[in-house]
Amino acid sequence: MIQLVPRQNASNLWQIATPLLAVLATMIAGGLLFATMGHNPVAAIRTIFWDPLFGMASGYSRPQLLVKAAPLILIASGLAIGFRAGIWNIGAEGQYIMGAITGAAVALALYPLEAWWLFPAMVAAGLAGGWAWGMIPALLRNWFGASEILVSLMLVYVAQRIAAWMAFGPMRNPQGMGFPGSRNLQQYPSASNPELIAGTGAHWGVVAAAFAVLATWFLMSRHIRGFHIRAAGTAPRAARFAGVRPAVLVAFCLGLSGALAGAAGLFEVAGPAGQITDRIGVGYGFTAIIVAFLGRLHPVGILLAGLLLALTYIGGELAQLTMGLPAASVQVFQGMLLFFLLGFDLLTRYQIRRRITA
Amino acid sequence: MTKGTDLAVPTVFRAEGIGKSYPGVRANDDISFAVRPGEIHALLGENGAGKSTLVKMIYGLVRPDEGRMFLLDAPHAPQDPRAARAAGVAMVFQHFSLFDALTVAENIALGMENPPPRRELAARITQVSHDFGLPLNPARRVVTLSAGERQRVEIIRCLLQNPRLLIMDEPTSVLTPQEAELLFATLRKLAAQGTAILYISHKLEEIRAHCDRATILRHGRVVESCDPRAHSARDLAAMMVGGQMRQIDRSGRQAGEVLLEVQGLSLPAPDAEGTALKDIALTLRAGEILGIGGVAGNGQEELLAALSGEVASRPGTVTLEGADLSGKGPEPRRVAGLLAAPEDRLGHAAVPDFSLIENTLLTAGARKGLVRRGLIDHGAARDYALAVIRDFDVRTPGPHVAARALSGGNLQKFVIGREVMQAPRVLVVNQPTWGVDAGAAAAVRQSLLDLARQGAGVIVISQDLDELLELSDRFCALNEGRLSPPVPTEGLTLDRIGLMLGGAHGMEEARI
Repeated sequence: MIQLVPRQNASNLWQIATPLLAVLATMIAGGLLFATMGHNPVAAIRTIFWDPLFGMASGYSRPQLLVKAAPLILIASGLAIGFRAGIWNIGAEGQYIMGAITGAAVALALYPLEAWWLFPAMVAAGLAGGWAWGMIPALLRNWFGASEILVSLMLVYVAQRIAAWMAFGPMRNPQGMGFPGSRNLQQYPSASNPELIAGTGAHWGVVAAAFAVLATWFLMSRHIRGFHIRAAGTAPRAARFAGVRPAVLVAFCLGLSGALAGAAGLFEVAGPAGQITDRIGVGYGFTAIIVAFLGRLHPVGILLAGLLLALTYIGGELAQLTMGLPAASVQVFQGMLLFFLLGFDLLTRYQIRRRITA
Repeated sequence: MTKGTDLAVPTVFRAEGIGKSYPGVRANDDISFAVRPGEIHALLGENGAGKSTLVKMIYGLVRPDEGRMFLLDAPHAPQDPRAARAAGVAMVFQHFSLFDALTVAENIALGMENPPPRRELAARITQVSHDFGLPLNPARRVVTLSAGERQRVEIIRCLLQNPRLLIMDEPTSVLTPQEAELLFATLRKLAAQGTAILYISHKLEEIRAHCDRATILRHGRVVESCDPRAHSARDLAAMMVGGQMRQIDRSGRQAGEVLLEVQGLSLPAPDAEGTALKDIALTLRAGEILGIGGVAGNGQEELLAALSGEVASRPGTVTLEGADLSGKGPEPRRVAGLLAAPEDRLGHAAVPDFSLIENTLLTAGARKGLVRRGLIDHGAARDYALAVIRDFDVRTPGPHVAARALSGGNLQKFVIGREVMQAPRVLVVNQPTWGVDAGAAAAVRQSLLDLARQGAGVIVISQDLDELLELSDRFCALNEGRLSPPVPTEGLTLDRIGLMLGGAHGMEEARI
């Protein structure tokens, strides 16, 4: 008989091994899935995980890696801080959209002004927009005890409706011949977020993501506030005893993760996406939840997990193109990854022992 | 044959050469002892001596590595608690497992294998509670019961199974002296009917007064099986800790100027199970230890929270050396010199998953310079953890060990040490030696006395009246959120205290 025995100390080895194991299991299960659909599983896995980096089209897809990973890492860095404290912001997608809208609004209002401070002002507005959208669930939780999980999630749908309204209404490009969508910020030099080094895909969002990784590492392991956040997540009463005020912590975590998601939205709308449309939200905010957990809520882990999830996006598109795999396969892949990760997580907290039955 | 096991006398339970190892620890080593019918048999030992492991094996929660057990001369090797219960073993745990929202009868039904119909069960509960002098109304909700009454629910749940061996894990730690007397009367009646009782405790006087035999464990081995009445409490303690007990030194203290003043402190109950504080007033002088007695659940946690700063109160209610701290949080109060150590070590006074190093940061950041401008000095935190471990004799493989891995006594020494070594002006502790072995308890008490001798004021909130009499200069009772006026401890008897704890109206005593 097999028995689960709780570990005294969470195993460090398994902390690192479980994400790797989850990736492996996802590849196997995904391969089986593709096989039942009549595709060659080895070729499909290679197309998703190998070809974007080293295959024929890698010249196009490699820069895409950073473009896709940057928002994931930026958002996940913020989410992970809240998750450590037991504050569950699952509405980063909405904060991302609102950041994109408020950031773009600054540029669209000032068009065609050219000034060096315009882009920084847009970043500030993007941060503020995401922050404000994150503060709604924070305040509702602090004032009325409303679950931040539900409120933040439902606000995603509100944000999507606002984006559609903006694209068709106030922000519609006056010279767009009636098509929905705002002016393209890529063609507005002061407001655009261009590739900084040609051929790398690195734009300001990549710089911000790298900074976010460093800053959150510093906060969580060197600063007393990070210590308080971790304490609140595992022992709320002890955190209170240390002097943490729960309401302040809720506001801090939701506000910070909202602001980072908002910044990610702004970098996207000013860069790769270019304009506000009703489909500005492409799911980064949700995928970032997987990134945060796959990365063990640790900055370095999030960096690696963000790159991996970006790879599944790009590889999935490639597999659609070259093998005709359905578009949903990427989501299935990402879902399986989270599923296996949570499943294998058991091993960090429990030992498996075989028990001889008498 | 190891001493203590005599095969000529019939036994209810017998252990022969029981051994159990955990990684790095030999929890039980060659343990043999026997419990006879109608006997109240004490299992005595410090925390970590192996008492819990031993009874867990008897109750089927843990399986021994070696050795044999017999129940009524039949081999006893329960796979799980259900098998143990079926064989006739019942156990009352130190921590109750009751659902607050359910009634007494519903709770009892949940713990039975084949509960009879509700009405019949209620009748049987009433019958058993009458027979054994345990007044209990089966229709009452558990949330309204005192700790003593909750324990009665657990006991009756056991008695309904007609156990041959009843194991009780530190049952009097939550009771008033009067409630404890009542419990012993019940145990006597049970024993007279032939039930054997295995009684785990480290309260020596209690064991000497009520137990027929005592098996003393130390470091996982049986050191002695004896008649506790034939030995003094000091002798028993010496056997338990393997050496002379440290004498508590109360000398050299002088009450000085007023340090802490609490006036008109009233706070609503924090939640449905909490207790409201009603117009608390107290004065604490330098060099003084004020003891606050009372059964848990009468506002102890709430009072500590109000003093530690976890809960703010009206202006002017909490004053330290003239500075009004009523509206301040825990951190400013620590900076001012008002420190606290809550009762619940795991999860309140310490973060279970964090190392001892990280746990120093919980309270000592400012006073010990472990945190400067928000930046953590990990080296300083490590040094402080090592200092606490050294000065308070915390037994741990090192400062990197998670708090949850320490035994209760060792973690308590760490928590108390962490606060005491910050040289507070006033230290408030709640149940400082709850569930702590005798050696660690003596060390903790001595450190509190030493702190007072150095001119600090100390408030000890405790259910252990012997402890309060031993430590404190003045004594107050906390009852239903009200604090009695202080009386000098000198010349105070346990009976008098019991009456004070019953409250102003004295109803508690009348009911018992």
